[in-house]
Amino acid sequence: MKSWLLAGAAGAALLTAAGMAQAEDKQGGSMIVTYKDDVSTLDPAIGYDWQNWSMIKSLFDALMDYEPGTTELVPDLAESYEVSDDGLVYTFKLRPGVKFHNGREMTAADVKYSLDRAVNPKTQSPGAGFFGSIEGFDAASAGDADGLSGVEVLDDHTVRISLSRPDATFLHVMALNFASVVPKEAVEEHGADFGTNPVGTGAFKMTDWTRGQHVVFERNPDYYQEGLPRLDKITFEVGQEPIVALLRLERGEVDIAGDGIPPAKFLQTMNDPKFKDQIVEGKQLHTGYVTMNVKMKPFDDARVRKAVAMAINKDRIVRIINGRAVPANQPLPPLMPGYDTEYQGQAYDVEGAKALLAEAGYGDGFETELYVANTDPQPRIAQAIQQDLAAIGIKAEIKSLAQANVIAAGGEEDQAPMIWSGGMAWIADFPDPSNFYGPILGCGGAVKGGWNWSWYCNEELDERAKKADAMTDPADAEARIEEWKQIFTAIQDDAPWVPIFNEQRFTIRSDRLDGPAGIFVDPVHIPVHYDYVSAKDAQ
Amino acid sequence: MAAYLARRLTESMLILIGITFVTYALLYLVPADPVRQIAGRSATAETVESIRRQLGLDLPFYQQYWRYLTSLLQGDLGRSYIQRSEVSELILARLPASLLLMAAAIFAELVMGLTMGIISAVRRNSATDQTLMVISFIGVSAPQFVVGILLLYVFSVQLGWFPIGGYGTPSHLVLPALTLGIMGAGWYSRMMRSSMLNVLGQDFVRTARAKGLSKVRVVLRHAVPNALLPIIAMIGIDIGIFMSGIVVVESVFGWPGIGQLAWQAIQRVDIPIIMAVTLVAAFFIVMGNLLADIIALFIDPRIKLK
Repeated sequence: MKSWLLAGAAGAALLTAAGMAQAEDKQGGSMIVTYKDDVSTLDPAIGYDWQNWSMIKSLFDALMDYEPGTTELVPDLAESYEVSDDGLVYTFKLRPGVKFHNGREMTAADVKYSLDRAVNPKTQSPGAGFFGSIEGFDAASAGDADGLSGVEVLDDHTVRISLSRPDATFLHVMALNFASVVPKEAVEEHGADFGTNPVGTGAFKMTDWTRGQHVVFERNPDYYQEGLPRLDKITFEVGQEPIVALLRLERGEVDIAGDGIPPAKFLQTMNDPKFKDQIVEGKQLHTGYVTMNVKMKPFDDARVRKAVAMAINKDRIVRIINGRAVPANQPLPPLMPGYDTEYQGQAYDVEGAKALLAEAGYGDGFETELYVANTDPQPRIAQAIQQDLAAIGIKAEIKSLAQANVIAAGGEEDQAPMIWSGGMAWIADFPDPSNFYGPILGCGGAVKGGWNWSWYCNEELDERAKKADAMTDPADAEARIEEWKQIFTAIQDDAPWVPIFNEQRFTIRSDRLDGPAGIFVDPVHIPVHYDYVSAKDAQ
Repeated sequence: MAAYLARRLTESMLILIGITFVTYALLYLVPADPVRQIAGRSATAETVESIRRQLGLDLPFYQQYWRYLTSLLQGDLGRSYIQRSEVSELILARLPASLLLMAAAIFAELVMGLTMGIISAVRRNSATDQTLMVISFIGVSAPQFVVGILLLYVFSVQLGWFPIGGYGTPSHLVLPALTLGIMGAGWYSRMMRSSMLNVLGQDFVRTARAKGLSKVRVVLRHAVPNALLPIIAMIGIDIGIFMSGIVVVESVFGWPGIGQLAWQAIQRVDIPIIMAVTLVAAFFIVMGNLLADIIALFIDPRIKLK
């Protein structure tokens, strides 16, 4: 048994956070956040959109979480944990005295219940598949077993999770919303309506939900982290068009426009001196890319794919979207561990592209189709790509369709030769390079209805990926990331994608809010880490 | 009368069932897969299939529709795919806001439209008449999205007279009701104008004038009530038109009605909600038409029941 005391480090981190709180931020006050859509659900096993993701994180806790504003894992409801030498058994020691919003103390049985519930097919959780490495997953997710045989309650404050294969991403999975701990009695009381009557252990508790109007969070006075949350109350007003939200923010009626700055007003807002101190810019785990279906001619030839990669002027595309992104040269976003800062990628080189095409036997070019979602600015980006391709003789017809139809076309082996991923691009579920491989570049995703729209399947890389994810010894962590870095560089040699850009995030907030800048563009709590926001006018 | 009503109600019922069939068929044909929307991109193939089975979406079309229809007739609208709540609860929570908005919009369009129409008719071919008719033309043709944003910008942002969207007080109601009513006002002013001109040329008006009644009295007491007949029948039809208008207006103003619910459900392929909102809208249109016919029956004895 190897044991390392992350708890100490995390405790220190919490202490500094609490210290900061006392030094800088008073507790109290409230804020108003607006969204266009009604909140769909606050059930952590079900919610999976950018609006409820962060809200759920403030209502619930899981065994693990991230250091605010970063992608660094820290224990949350777990006080400490141990991993067996073979990386197959995780033993979590729970923090004592953590209470649910209903007043009952959280125990190891709740952890088991919550994980069992997430994989139970009756729950219809979109996140069930993340728990695939836990022993007994197949039986539990098929409904053949009552729960996960690999999750065992040792005593009230100890839970042991056994895996069926080593999984270096397992602790990230334990930090997903789907792994949040819920109280059985509340879930059973509300049944399918638990999503509108959430009960968790988080910093806030939900006190009101008026359909189509607002959802109200209030401070959880029993929250286990000293000094959190900073605010007494958050009101989420829904049904507000982003453009209307911006107008209200300007008038001081709104504190955070949850859907961000509408594209049509972006330049104007960015250049407006009065918003200068209210906009926080940050990175996100996002890459926008063009896929080329390696099963369709002529994209079965890597030279053709590379020629396309060299022909596209990424700087111009970034200008088209008013600089809301940075040009990309590899599949991983810069924020992701494993991003290769040295890697140059395919430079923009029209003559080189033409030469490569000629070498591949397509000196006269060819005709193809470029699929794209039909919402602005995607068709405009597709037109830029179309023009770039025309310069090397490729005639690409733009197929502008509803998002769901583009996704459906990408999931067919022989339908979409090229897809611009805009609006549907991969945003990582958790900050680990493996999450950017399997579903979108691995053999597992190259199936009907899958997300690997290039249909790229390199079995040798798949094997290396599997091995990398089996490197669970923390001493190997760096070597593992290094291996992933090389896997992604190797993928670029085959060029199934043209990585175009990494979107930046811009959060606009009123000047009465305070808090470390990182939490307003938190890479995990999107858009904002609500627990750490404070109000300058708090008493 | 009772027999007429019974017949019309039966017809309405059949129309509504027909509408559920057409809507269900259209949603079935849409290539977007609701199960993949629910399951998300990380779901395994097994999860996707398990959800599909549980929702009965693996069944052939006619069985799916039959299941839907039989539950519907038992008063069960199902649960939202995305929100997982009872659809009836979601609709009932939002219906009052939509009804309030529609009532206010009817009031707004009548006040604006009838006033303009009467003035235009009385001042026929004058500069006033022409100006009003140009305004009504703009009102009819202006897209509600543009009108809404424009009103918001001028009256809320610049002048600060009204709140910028939202719900709760009478002042929240003014701009959305105006936006929704402006198109109808355009129609009504034109209809009222021609209806008034028609009435003003008739014998009984000439008689009233010959009796020496004041011009105001002739217009308001004798001409207007008669000119109103074709207009009243229109109000029922308006409810149907509003049903499409509220989708836009509620979204612009953040008005928590069923139009907004419909818009959100369509984007997420939330079939049970789309079905229910369509059904509610169809119900109002059918009932509105029926109401219009009944009102016409009462106010115009020349209409005979067949």
